[in-house]
Amino acid sequence: MADVNRGNRPLSPFMIGQYYRPQMTSISSIMVRITGIASLGTAFLIVLWLLTAATSQSAFAAMDGFLRSFFGDVILLLATWAIWYHVLGRLRHVIWDFGYWLEVGISEKMGAAMFIGATILTVLTAIVV
Amino acid sequence: MRYLTDRKRAQGLGASGRGTQHHWQMMVSSILLCILIPLFVFTFGMGLGGTHEEVIAYFGRPFPAIVTALTLIVGVSHVMHEAQEAIEDYMDGTSGKLAYIAVSAFSYTLIVAGLFALVKLAL
Repeated sequence: MADVNRGNRPLSPFMIGQYYRPQMTSISSIMVRITGIASLGTAFLIVLWLLTAATSQSAFAAMDGFLRSFFGDVILLLATWAIWYHVLGRLRHVIWDFGYWLEVGISEKMGAAMFIGATILTVLTAIVV
Repeated sequence: MRYLTDRKRAQGLGASGRGTQHHWQMMVSSILLCILIPLFVFTFGMGLGGTHEEVIAYFGRPFPAIVTALTLIVGVSHVMHEAQEAIEDYMDGTSGKLAYIAVSAFSYTLIVAGLFALVKLAL
């Protein structure tokens, strides 16, 4: 074990870009994690909005005004994209877990479909809502 | 001589220390949320944009209230596990444990605060 080089080697999560070419499979997977954690922040905004609605007229006006401002619209649009992306990403995990579509080519196509699908669903949501 | 079954050998292993239980639970909530989230996004979207009175009336109705409550419980639990999974992967030791607990505290508070607001809006 003496000649094993420990602690002075690149670790996997930080290899992308520098040593490891960004690929559809890795980037689409990382985005699932990022959008999942971002959705916890979205949940915070939604709960805050519900709490202010249940508390008072003035508190609601402040929170509702923020969410319906231009800045709020941008946040909600990004949050909607993140939620849709995450749903599609988790759907891909479910498909994989059942043992289907594990081939690299198909996985890459599903990755692209997650980006495109989330964008289409976000536009659809913006139109309907 | 000790006899170890394959199951016993796998028990207590993994980054989570809980083997595949977490993975299986994520699969269950993923499938539930594939149905629930589309319902919630449009239900919540319809509720947003009204006056205070309209919002109170809207979330007092059974369908928006139940969909929102379900999403709070199942959805926030799911993204809580998502964040904890990331902590297990990237943080170790005491700081990792404390971050894990902090995410639990934050998420459970969100769920209960949201449910309290819904009850108050409905009654």
